[in-house]
Amino acid sequence: MVVRGLAGLAGLLAVLEVLPRTPLVSADYLPPASTIGRAFWHLLGEGTFWSALGDTLTGWGTGLAIAVLAGVAAGVVIGSVPVLRAATASTIEFLRPIPSVALIPVAVLLYGTDLRSKLLLVVYASFWQVLVQVLAGLQDADPVAQDTARSYRLGTWGRIRYVLWPTALPYVMTGVRLAATVALVLAVTAELVIGAPGLGQQLAVAQTSGAVPEVYALVLTTGLIGVAVNLAARAVEHRVLHWHQSQRGESQAR
Amino acid sequence: MTVRIAARRALFAVALPAVLFAVWWFASADSTDFYLPPLSTILQKFPEVWTADRLMSDVVPSLLRLAAGYLLATAVGIALGLAVGSHRVLRDVLEPVLELFRAIPPPVLVPVIMLFAGIGDTMKIIVVASGCVWPILLNTVEGVRAVDEVLGDTCRSYGITGPTRLWHLVLRSASPQILTGMRQALSIGIILMVISEMFASSNGLGFTIVQFQRSFAIPEMWSGVLLLGLLGFLLSLFFRFAENRALAWYHGLRRAQRDS
Repeated sequence: MVVRGLAGLAGLLAVLEVLPRTPLVSADYLPPASTIGRAFWHLLGEGTFWSALGDTLTGWGTGLAIAVLAGVAAGVVIGSVPVLRAATASTIEFLRPIPSVALIPVAVLLYGTDLRSKLLLVVYASFWQVLVQVLAGLQDADPVAQDTARSYRLGTWGRIRYVLWPTALPYVMTGVRLAATVALVLAVTAELVIGAPGLGQQLAVAQTSGAVPEVYALVLTTGLIGVAVNLAARAVEHRVLHWHQSQRGESQAR
Repeated sequence: MTVRIAARRALFAVALPAVLFAVWWFASADSTDFYLPPLSTILQKFPEVWTADRLMSDVVPSLLRLAAGYLLATAVGIALGLAVGSHRVLRDVLEPVLELFRAIPPPVLVPVIMLFAGIGDTMKIIVVASGCVWPILLNTVEGVRAVDEVLGDTCRSYGITGPTRLWHLVLRSASPQILTGMRQALSIGIILMVISEMFASSNGLGFTIVQFQRSFAIPEMWSGVLLLGLLGFLLSLFFRFAENRALAWYHGLRRAQRDS
Protein backbone atom coordinates (compact mmCIF):
# COMPACT_ATOMS: atom_id res chain seq x y z
CA MET A 1 0.00 0.00 0.00
CA VAL A 2 2.72 2.48 1.04
CA VAL A 3 4.98 1.17 -1.71
CA ARG A 4 2.27 1.72 -4.33
CA GLY A 5 1.66 5.23 -3.01
CA LEU A 6 5.35 6.05 -3.20
CA ALA A 7 5.41 4.67 -6.73
CA GLY A 8 2.58 7.04 -7.61
CA LEU A 9 4.45 10.03 -6.18
CA ALA A 10 7.67 8.98 -7.90
CA GLY A 11 5.73 8.73 -11.16
CA LEU A 12 4.41 12.27 -10.72
CA LEU A 13 7.93 13.58 -10.04
CA ALA A 14 9.30 11.77 -13.11
CA VAL A 15 6.57 13.23 -15.32
CA LEU A 16 7.23 16.72 -13.93
CA GLU A 17 10.95 16.29 -14.54
CA VAL A 18 10.65 15.01 -18.10
CA LEU A 19 7.67 16.99 -19.39
CA PRO A 20 9.39 20.43 -19.37
CA ARG A 21 12.31 18.97 -21.33
CA THR A 22 10.02 17.90 -24.14
CA PRO A 23 8.60 20.38 -26.66
CA LEU A 24 5.11 19.73 -25.24
CA VAL A 25 5.44 22.20 -22.37
CA SER A 26 7.80 25.14 -22.16
CA ALA A 27 10.18 25.13 -19.20
CA ASP A 28 9.32 28.82 -18.80
CA TYR A 29 5.84 27.84 -17.69
CA LEU A 30 6.59 24.57 -15.96
CA PRO A 31 10.13 24.27 -14.64
CA PRO A 32 11.44 20.71 -14.14
CA ALA A 33 10.79 19.14 -10.73
CA SER A 34 14.45 19.51 -9.77
CA THR A 35 14.36 23.29 -10.36
CA ILE A 36 11.19 23.61 -8.28
CA GLY A 37 12.84 21.50 -5.60
CA ARG A 38 15.87 23.83 -5.54
CA ALA A 39 13.60 26.88 -5.29
CA PHE A 40 11.76 25.18 -2.43
CA TRP A 41 15.01 24.40 -0.63
CA HIS A 42 16.08 28.02 -1.09
CA LEU A 43 12.77 29.25 0.35
CA LEU A 44 13.24 27.12 3.46
CA GLY A 45 16.37 29.12 4.28
CA GLU A 46 14.60 32.47 4.19
CA GLY A 47 13.19 34.21 7.25
CA THR A 48 10.41 35.91 5.29
CA PHE A 49 9.10 32.50 4.22
CA TRP A 50 8.81 31.28 7.78
CA SER A 51 7.10 34.45 9.01
CA ALA A 52 4.68 34.26 6.07
CA LEU A 53 3.99 30.63 6.97
CA GLY A 54 3.33 31.70 10.55
CA ASP A 55 0.92 34.41 9.39
CA THR A 56 -1.01 31.97 7.23
CA LEU A 57 -1.26 29.35 9.96
CA THR A 58 -2.31 31.95 12.55
CA GLY A 59 -5.16 33.15 10.36
CA TRP A 60 -6.15 29.58 9.55
CA GLY A 61 -6.06 28.24 13.11
CA THR A 62 -7.78 31.17 14.77
CA GLY A 63 -10.50 31.35 12.15
CA LEU A 64 -11.10 27.60 12.21
CA ALA A 65 -11.31 27.47 16.00
CA ILE A 66 -13.85 30.28 16.11
CA ALA A 67 -15.89 28.73 13.30
CA VAL A 68 -15.97 25.20 14.80
CA LEU A 69 -16.93 26.38 18.28
CA ALA A 70 -19.62 28.69 16.97
CA GLY A 71 -20.86 26.13 14.43
CA VAL A 72 -21.19 23.25 16.89
CA ALA A 73 -22.81 25.42 19.56
CA ALA A 74 -25.29 26.97 17.15
CA GLY A 75 -25.93 23.64 15.44
CA VAL A 76 -26.73 21.72 18.64
CA VAL A 77 -29.04 24.47 19.90
CA ILE A 78 -30.85 24.90 16.60
CA GLY A 79 -30.91 21.20 15.71
CA SER A 80 -32.37 19.92 18.97
CA VAL A 81 -35.21 22.45 19.15
CA PRO A 82 -37.66 21.84 16.29
CA VAL A 83 -39.19 25.32 16.48
CA LEU A 84 -35.80 27.01 16.20
CA ARG A 85 -34.92 24.73 13.36
CA ALA A 86 -38.05 25.67 11.45
CA ALA A 87 -37.55 29.36 12.14
CA THR A 88 -33.91 29.50 11.09
CA ALA A 89 -33.98 27.12 8.12
CA SER A 90 -34.74 29.77 5.52
CA THR A 91 -32.17 32.19 6.93
CA ILE A 92 -29.46 29.53 6.99
CA GLU A 93 -30.37 28.49 3.47
CA PHE A 94 -30.05 32.09 2.40
CA LEU A 95 -26.84 33.02 4.22
CA ARG A 96 -24.89 29.81 3.67
CA PRO A 97 -24.54 29.90 -0.11
CA ILE A 98 -23.43 33.53 -0.11
CA PRO A 99 -19.91 33.11 -1.38
CA SER A 100 -17.43 34.34 1.21
CA VAL A 101 -15.43 36.07 -1.50
CA ALA A 102 -18.35 38.48 -1.84
CA LEU A 103 -17.08 39.82 1.47
CA ILE A 104 -13.60 40.56 0.09
CA PRO A 105 -14.38 44.17 -0.87
CA VAL A 106 -16.15 44.69 2.45
CA ALA A 107 -13.21 43.21 4.38
CA VAL A 108 -10.76 45.42 2.48
CA LEU A 109 -12.72 48.56 3.26
CA LEU A 110 -13.35 47.74 6.91
CA TYR A 111 -10.05 46.19 7.97
CA GLY A 112 -7.55 46.74 5.17
CA THR A 113 -4.82 44.09 5.06
CA ASP A 114 -5.25 43.40 8.77
CA LEU A 115 -5.52 39.90 10.26
CA ARG A 116 -9.18 40.70 10.92
CA SER A 117 -10.05 40.85 7.24
CA LYS A 118 -8.55 37.37 6.83
CA LEU A 119 -10.50 36.13 9.84
CA LEU A 120 -13.75 37.59 8.52
CA LEU A 121 -13.47 35.50 5.35
CA VAL A 122 -12.18 32.36 7.06
CA VAL A 123 -14.80 32.32 9.80
CA TYR A 124 -17.69 33.13 7.49
CA ALA A 125 -16.77 30.35 5.07
CA SER A 126 -16.01 27.60 7.58
CA PHE A 127 -18.82 28.35 10.03
CA TRP A 128 -21.49 27.17 7.59
CA GLN A 129 -19.61 23.96 6.78
CA VAL A 130 -19.72 22.97 10.43
CA LEU A 131 -23.24 24.21 11.14
CA VAL A 132 -24.82 22.47 8.16
CA GLN A 133 -23.09 19.18 8.96
CA VAL A 134 -24.17 19.37 12.60
CA LEU A 135 -27.76 19.97 11.53
CA ALA A 136 -27.67 17.15 8.97
CA GLY A 137 -26.19 14.82 11.57
CA LEU A 138 -28.84 15.60 14.16
CA GLN A 139 -31.55 15.02 11.57
CA ASP A 140 -30.08 11.66 10.62
CA ALA A 141 -30.64 10.20 14.08
CA ASP A 142 -32.01 6.65 13.91
CA PRO A 143 -35.80 6.81 14.39
CA VAL A 144 -35.80 3.57 16.36
CA ALA A 145 -33.12 4.85 18.70
CA GLN A 146 -35.05 8.10 19.10
CA ASP A 147 -38.22 6.22 19.98
CA THR A 148 -36.32 3.95 22.34
CA ALA A 149 -34.85 6.96 24.10
CA ARG A 150 -38.33 8.41 24.39
CA SER A 151 -39.70 5.13 25.81
CA TYR A 152 -36.94 5.15 28.39
CA ARG A 153 -37.83 8.75 29.18
CA LEU A 154 -34.46 10.26 28.47
CA GLY A 155 -34.55 14.02 29.01
CA THR A 156 -33.55 16.59 26.40
CA TRP A 157 -29.96 16.59 27.55
CA GLY A 158 -29.86 12.79 27.73
CA ARG A 159 -31.21 12.51 24.21
CA ILE A 160 -28.63 14.99 22.92
CA ARG A 161 -25.81 13.25 24.77
CA TYR A 162 -26.63 9.58 24.03
CA VAL A 163 -28.70 9.53 20.84
CA LEU A 164 -28.24 12.67 18.79
CA TRP A 165 -24.58 13.43 19.45
CA PRO A 166 -23.18 9.96 18.59
CA THR A 167 -25.21 9.98 15.37
CA ALA A 168 -24.14 13.50 14.56
CA LEU A 169 -20.49 13.01 15.43
CA PRO A 170 -19.41 11.49 12.09
CA TYR A 171 -21.13 14.40 10.35
CA VAL A 172 -19.52 16.89 12.71
CA MET A 173 -16.07 15.45 12.04
CA THR A 174 -16.72 15.64 8.31
CA GLY A 175 -17.77 19.23 8.84
CA VAL A 176 -14.59 20.01 10.77
CA ARG A 177 -12.47 18.36 8.11
CA LEU A 178 -14.19 20.31 5.36
CA ALA A 179 -13.96 23.50 7.40
CA ALA A 180 -10.24 22.97 7.96
CA THR A 181 -9.71 22.78 4.20
CA VAL A 182 -12.00 25.69 3.42
CA ALA A 183 -10.36 27.79 6.11
CA LEU A 184 -6.96 27.23 4.52
CA VAL A 185 -8.33 28.10 1.09
CA LEU A 186 -9.84 31.33 2.35
CA ALA A 187 -6.79 32.28 4.41
CA VAL A 188 -4.56 31.93 1.35
CA THR A 189 -7.14 33.67 -0.85
CA ALA A 190 -7.30 36.63 1.51
CA GLU A 191 -3.52 36.91 1.29
CA LEU A 192 -3.47 36.47 -2.45
CA VAL A 193 -6.26 38.87 -3.35
CA ILE A 194 -6.30 41.37 -0.48
CA GLY A 195 -2.57 41.30 0.23
CA ALA A 196 -2.76 40.35 3.90
CA PRO A 197 0.68 39.08 4.99
CA GLY A 198 1.22 35.35 4.46
CA LEU A 199 2.12 32.73 1.87
CA GLY A 200 -0.53 33.97 -0.55
CA GLN A 201 1.01 37.42 -0.57
CA GLN A 202 4.46 35.91 -1.19
CA LEU A 203 2.94 34.02 -4.08
CA ALA A 204 1.45 37.19 -5.56
CA VAL A 205 4.85 38.90 -5.27
CA ALA A 206 6.62 35.94 -6.91
CA GLN A 207 4.10 35.92 -9.72
CA THR A 208 4.35 39.63 -10.52
CA SER A 209 8.14 39.47 -10.47
CA GLY A 210 8.06 36.51 -12.86
CA ALA A 211 9.84 34.11 -10.49
CA VAL A 212 8.18 31.00 -11.88
CA PRO A 213 10.05 28.32 -9.86
CA GLU A 214 9.24 30.24 -6.65
CA VAL A 215 5.55 30.34 -7.67
CA TYR A 216 5.57 26.54 -7.98
CA ALA A 217 7.52 26.14 -4.76
CA LEU A 218 4.95 28.23 -2.90
CA VAL A 219 2.06 26.35 -4.49
CA LEU A 220 3.77 23.15 -3.36
CA THR A 221 4.11 24.59 0.14
CA THR A 222 0.40 25.39 0.36
CA GLY A 223 -0.32 21.90 -0.94
CA LEU A 224 1.89 20.34 1.73
CA ILE A 225 0.17 22.41 4.42
CA GLY A 226 -3.13 21.21 3.01
CA VAL A 227 -1.98 17.59 3.20
CA ALA A 228 -0.82 18.10 6.76
CA VAL A 229 -4.17 19.67 7.63
CA ASN A 230 -6.04 16.75 6.07
CA LEU A 231 -3.90 14.12 7.77
CA ALA A 232 -4.31 15.82 11.12
CA ALA A 233 -8.07 16.16 10.62
CA ARG A 234 -8.32 12.53 9.63
CA ALA A 235 -6.23 11.36 12.58
CA VAL A 236 -8.53 13.28 14.90
CA GLU A 237 -11.55 11.81 13.11
CA HIS A 238 -10.15 8.29 13.42
CA ARG A 239 -9.54 8.72 17.14
CA VAL A 240 -12.93 10.22 17.86
CA LEU A 241 -14.86 7.81 15.64
CA HIS A 242 -12.96 4.58 16.28
CA TRP A 243 -16.28 2.90 17.11
CA HIS A 244 -18.00 3.92 13.88
CA GLN A 245 -18.49 1.54 10.99
CA SER A 246 -16.70 3.69 8.40
CA GLN A 247 -13.52 3.71 10.49
CA ARG A 248 -13.67 0.02 11.39
CA GLY A 249 -14.20 -0.93 7.77
CA GLU A 250 -11.17 1.17 6.89
CA SER A 251 -8.79 -0.60 9.26
CA GLN A 252 -10.10 -4.01 8.19
CA ALA A 253 -9.42 -3.26 4.53
CA ARG A 254 -5.80 -2.60 5.37
CA MET B 1 -55.69 21.76 8.53
CA THR B 2 -53.25 21.58 5.66
CA VAL B 3 -53.80 25.28 5.02
CA ARG B 4 -52.87 25.99 8.60
CA ILE B 5 -49.76 23.87 8.36
CA ALA B 6 -48.75 25.61 5.17
CA ALA B 7 -49.39 29.02 6.72
CA ARG B 8 -47.32 28.06 9.76
CA ARG B 9 -44.50 26.90 7.55
CA ALA B 10 -44.63 30.10 5.50
CA LEU B 11 -44.59 32.18 8.68
CA PHE B 12 -41.54 30.30 9.93
CA ALA B 13 -39.81 30.76 6.61
CA VAL B 14 -40.24 34.53 6.41
CA ALA B 15 -40.26 35.57 10.09
CA LEU B 16 -36.55 35.58 10.87
CA PRO B 17 -35.40 37.00 7.51
CA ALA B 18 -37.97 39.79 7.89
CA VAL B 19 -36.71 40.59 11.38
CA LEU B 20 -33.06 40.61 10.27
CA PHE B 21 -33.88 42.74 7.27
CA ALA B 22 -35.77 45.22 9.43
CA VAL B 23 -32.88 45.36 11.90
CA TRP B 24 -30.43 46.11 9.09
CA TRP B 25 -32.79 48.67 7.58
CA PHE B 26 -33.37 50.66 10.80
CA ALA B 27 -29.90 50.23 12.27
CA SER B 28 -28.29 51.61 9.12
CA ALA B 29 -30.99 54.23 8.37
CA ASP B 30 -29.10 57.13 9.95
CA SER B 31 -25.66 55.73 9.18
CA THR B 32 -23.22 58.43 8.15
CA ASP B 33 -20.34 55.94 8.01
CA PHE B 34 -18.99 56.23 4.49
CA TYR B 35 -18.26 52.50 4.31
CA LEU B 36 -21.60 51.35 5.74
CA PRO B 37 -24.30 53.23 3.86
CA PRO B 38 -27.99 52.89 4.78
CA LEU B 39 -29.71 49.87 3.32
CA SER B 40 -32.24 52.17 1.63
CA THR B 41 -29.42 53.79 -0.36
CA ILE B 42 -28.03 50.40 -1.38
CA LEU B 43 -31.41 49.15 -2.54
CA GLN B 44 -32.00 52.40 -4.40
CA LYS B 45 -28.72 51.93 -6.27
CA PHE B 46 -29.45 48.30 -7.04
CA PRO B 47 -31.70 48.75 -10.10
CA GLU B 48 -29.54 51.65 -11.32
CA VAL B 49 -26.38 49.57 -11.26
CA TRP B 50 -27.66 46.17 -12.37
CA THR B 51 -29.45 47.10 -15.54
CA ALA B 52 -30.26 44.58 -18.25
CA ASP B 53 -27.16 45.68 -20.19
CA ARG B 54 -24.90 45.10 -17.26
CA LEU B 55 -26.49 41.74 -16.49
CA MET B 56 -25.76 40.69 -20.07
CA SER B 57 -22.21 42.02 -20.11
CA ASP B 58 -21.08 41.00 -16.63
CA VAL B 59 -23.31 38.43 -15.01
CA VAL B 60 -24.02 36.14 -17.96
CA PRO B 61 -20.34 35.65 -18.90
CA SER B 62 -19.56 34.84 -15.26
CA LEU B 63 -22.32 32.25 -15.12
CA LEU B 64 -21.31 30.66 -18.41
CA ARG B 65 -17.72 30.26 -17.22
CA LEU B 66 -18.98 28.80 -13.96
CA ALA B 67 -21.26 26.35 -15.76
CA ALA B 68 -18.53 25.21 -18.15
CA GLY B 69 -15.98 24.65 -15.38
CA TYR B 70 -18.50 22.96 -13.13
CA LEU B 71 -19.77 20.53 -15.76
CA LEU B 72 -16.22 19.68 -16.77
CA ALA B 73 -15.34 19.00 -13.14
CA THR B 74 -18.46 16.87 -12.64
CA ALA B 75 -17.72 14.67 -15.64
CA VAL B 76 -14.06 14.22 -14.78
CA GLY B 77 -14.72 13.80 -11.06
CA ILE B 78 -17.35 11.09 -11.39
CA ALA B 79 -15.47 9.17 -14.08
CA LEU B 80 -12.20 9.25 -12.16
CA GLY B 81 -13.97 8.59 -8.89
CA LEU B 82 -15.65 5.45 -10.21
CA ALA B 83 -12.34 4.15 -11.50
CA VAL B 84 -10.36 4.97 -8.36
CA GLY B 85 -13.13 3.80 -6.05
CA SER B 86 -13.52 0.38 -7.59
CA HIS B 87 -9.85 -0.58 -8.13
CA ARG B 88 -7.72 -1.19 -5.09
CA VAL B 89 -4.37 -0.96 -6.86
CA LEU B 90 -5.28 2.24 -8.69
CA ARG B 91 -6.46 3.74 -5.43
CA ASP B 92 -3.26 2.85 -3.63
CA VAL B 93 -1.07 4.26 -6.38
CA LEU B 94 -3.00 7.48 -6.90
CA GLU B 95 -4.01 8.24 -3.35
CA PRO B 96 -0.97 10.29 -2.26
CA VAL B 97 -0.87 12.16 -5.58
CA LEU B 98 -4.56 12.98 -5.38
CA GLU B 99 -4.19 13.97 -1.75
CA LEU B 100 -1.47 16.43 -2.66
CA PHE B 101 -3.38 17.96 -5.56
CA ARG B 102 -6.59 18.15 -3.61
CA ALA B 103 -4.85 19.82 -0.71
CA ILE B 104 -3.56 22.71 -2.80
CA PRO B 105 -5.93 25.62 -2.17
CA PRO B 106 -7.44 26.20 -5.63
CA PRO B 107 -6.97 29.99 -5.67
CA VAL B 108 -3.18 29.61 -5.62
CA LEU B 109 -3.51 27.84 -8.95
CA VAL B 110 -4.75 31.05 -10.54
CA PRO B 111 -1.21 32.44 -11.06
CA VAL B 112 -0.02 29.05 -12.33
CA ILE B 113 -2.92 28.53 -14.71
CA MET B 114 -2.44 32.10 -15.94
CA LEU B 115 1.04 31.08 -17.11
CA PHE B 116 -0.43 28.42 -19.37
CA ALA B 117 -3.81 29.75 -20.37
CA GLY B 118 -3.33 33.52 -20.32
CA ILE B 119 -6.10 35.58 -18.80
CA GLY B 120 -9.00 34.63 -21.07
CA ASP B 121 -12.08 32.52 -20.54
CA THR B 122 -10.07 29.29 -20.77
CA MET B 123 -8.09 30.26 -17.69
CA LYS B 124 -11.24 30.93 -15.69
CA ILE B 125 -12.94 27.72 -16.76
CA ILE B 126 -9.85 25.69 -15.86
CA VAL B 127 -9.58 27.45 -12.51
CA VAL B 128 -13.22 26.67 -11.70
CA ALA B 129 -12.88 23.06 -12.86
CA SER B 130 -9.60 22.50 -11.01
CA GLY B 131 -11.22 23.51 -7.74
CA CYS B 132 -14.58 21.79 -8.23
CA VAL B 133 -13.24 18.41 -9.24
CA TRP B 134 -11.86 17.36 -5.82
CA PRO B 135 -14.98 17.27 -3.68
CA ILE B 136 -16.82 15.41 -6.45
CA LEU B 137 -13.98 12.96 -7.00
CA LEU B 138 -13.47 12.31 -3.33
CA ASN B 139 -17.13 11.85 -2.52
CA THR B 140 -17.56 9.53 -5.49
CA VAL B 141 -14.66 7.39 -4.25
CA GLU B 142 -16.17 7.27 -0.76
CA GLY B 143 -19.61 6.49 -2.17
CA VAL B 144 -18.28 3.69 -4.35
CA ARG B 145 -16.41 2.18 -1.43
CA ALA B 146 -19.46 2.34 0.83
CA VAL B 147 -21.67 0.25 -1.46
CA ASP B 148 -23.78 -2.03 0.69
CA GLU B 149 -22.00 -5.37 0.99
CA VAL B 150 -25.18 -7.42 0.92
CA LEU B 151 -26.30 -5.69 -2.26
CA GLY B 152 -22.85 -6.22 -3.75
CA ASP B 153 -22.95 -9.92 -2.90
CA THR B 154 -26.49 -10.21 -4.22
CA CYS B 155 -25.40 -8.68 -7.52
CA ARG B 156 -22.50 -11.11 -7.68
CA SER B 157 -24.79 -14.08 -7.05
CA TYR B 158 -27.10 -12.96 -9.82
CA GLY B 159 -24.18 -12.51 -12.17
CA ILE B 160 -24.71 -8.78 -12.55
CA THR B 161 -21.36 -7.40 -13.62
CA GLY B 162 -19.71 -4.81 -15.82
CA PRO B 163 -21.60 -1.72 -16.95
CA THR B 164 -24.92 -3.02 -15.58
CA ARG B 165 -23.45 -3.36 -12.12
CA LEU B 166 -21.78 0.06 -12.42
CA TRP B 167 -24.99 1.78 -13.49
CA HIS B 168 -27.57 0.03 -11.34
CA LEU B 169 -25.60 -0.72 -8.20
CA VAL B 170 -22.46 1.39 -7.85
CA LEU B 171 -23.55 4.68 -9.37
CA ARG B 172 -26.98 4.43 -7.84
CA SER B 173 -25.86 3.74 -4.30
CA ALA B 174 -23.07 6.30 -4.54
CA SER B 175 -25.37 9.01 -5.91
CA PRO B 176 -26.27 10.59 -2.55
CA GLN B 177 -22.55 11.00 -1.89
CA ILE B 178 -21.85 12.22 -5.40
CA LEU B 179 -24.53 14.88 -5.07
CA THR B 180 -23.09 15.92 -1.73
CA GLY B 181 -19.78 16.40 -3.48
CA MET B 182 -21.44 18.34 -6.26
CA ARG B 183 -23.09 20.63 -3.73
CA GLN B 184 -19.73 21.36 -2.09
CA ALA B 185 -18.21 21.88 -5.50
CA LEU B 186 -20.84 24.41 -6.44
CA SER B 187 -19.93 26.78 -3.63
CA ILE B 188 -16.21 26.37 -4.38
CA GLY B 189 -16.99 27.04 -8.04
CA ILE B 190 -18.70 30.34 -7.28
CA ILE B 191 -15.75 31.39 -5.13
CA LEU B 192 -13.29 30.56 -7.89
CA MET B 193 -15.39 32.26 -10.54
CA VAL B 194 -15.22 35.49 -8.55
CA ILE B 195 -11.54 35.17 -7.66
CA SER B 196 -10.43 34.43 -11.19
CA GLU B 197 -12.27 37.57 -12.28
CA MET B 198 -10.82 39.66 -9.49
CA PHE B 199 -7.36 38.69 -10.66
CA ALA B 200 -7.43 39.50 -14.32
CA SER B 201 -10.49 40.26 -16.33
CA SER B 202 -12.29 42.93 -18.26
CA ASN B 203 -15.79 41.79 -17.39
CA GLY B 204 -17.64 39.61 -14.92
CA LEU B 205 -19.19 39.98 -11.52
CA GLY B 206 -15.96 39.74 -9.52
CA PHE B 207 -14.26 42.29 -11.74
CA THR B 208 -17.13 44.78 -11.46
CA ILE B 209 -17.40 44.56 -7.68
CA VAL B 210 -13.67 45.08 -7.19
CA GLN B 211 -13.83 47.97 -9.63
CA PHE B 212 -16.54 49.62 -7.50
CA GLN B 213 -14.51 49.03 -4.36
CA ARG B 214 -11.35 50.53 -5.85
CA SER B 215 -13.21 53.62 -7.07
CA PHE B 216 -14.90 53.97 -3.67
CA ALA B 217 -18.39 53.64 -5.14
CA ILE B 218 -19.53 52.15 -1.86
CA PRO B 219 -23.32 51.76 -2.29
CA GLU B 220 -22.67 50.28 -5.75
CA MET B 221 -20.17 47.85 -4.24
CA TRP B 222 -22.67 46.78 -1.58
CA SER B 223 -25.31 46.23 -4.25
CA GLY B 224 -22.82 43.95 -6.01
CA VAL B 225 -22.21 42.03 -2.78
CA LEU B 226 -25.97 41.62 -2.43
CA LEU B 227 -26.30 40.42 -6.01
CA LEU B 228 -23.51 37.90 -5.50
CA GLY B 229 -25.24 36.64 -2.36
CA LEU B 230 -28.54 36.41 -4.17
CA LEU B 231 -26.88 34.51 -6.99
CA GLY B 232 -25.32 32.01 -4.60
CA PHE B 233 -28.70 31.53 -2.96
CA LEU B 234 -30.56 31.01 -6.25
CA LEU B 235 -27.96 28.55 -7.52
CA SER B 236 -28.20 26.49 -4.35
CA LEU B 237 -32.00 26.59 -4.55
CA PHE B 238 -31.82 25.31 -8.10
CA PHE B 239 -29.38 22.63 -7.04
CA ARG B 240 -31.64 21.53 -4.20
CA PHE B 241 -34.55 21.24 -6.60
CA ALA B 242 -32.51 19.09 -8.96
CA GLU B 243 -31.17 16.99 -6.09
CA ASN B 244 -34.63 16.33 -4.70
CA ARG B 245 -35.72 15.10 -8.09
CA ALA B 246 -32.69 12.91 -8.63
CA LEU B 247 -32.68 11.49 -5.12
CA ALA B 248 -36.44 11.16 -4.64
CA TRP B 249 -36.01 7.40 -4.13
CA TYR B 250 -33.35 7.93 -1.46
CA HIS B 251 -35.35 10.49 0.51
CA GLY B 252 -38.43 8.26 0.18
CA LEU B 253 -36.44 5.32 1.53
CA ARG B 254 -35.27 7.32 4.52
CA ARG B 255 -38.77 8.59 5.17
CA ALA B 256 -40.15 5.06 5.00
CA GLN B 257 -37.52 3.90 7.48
CA ARG B 258 -38.45 6.75 9.78
CA ASP B 259 -42.19 6.11 9.60
CA SER B 260 -42.13 2.37 10.04
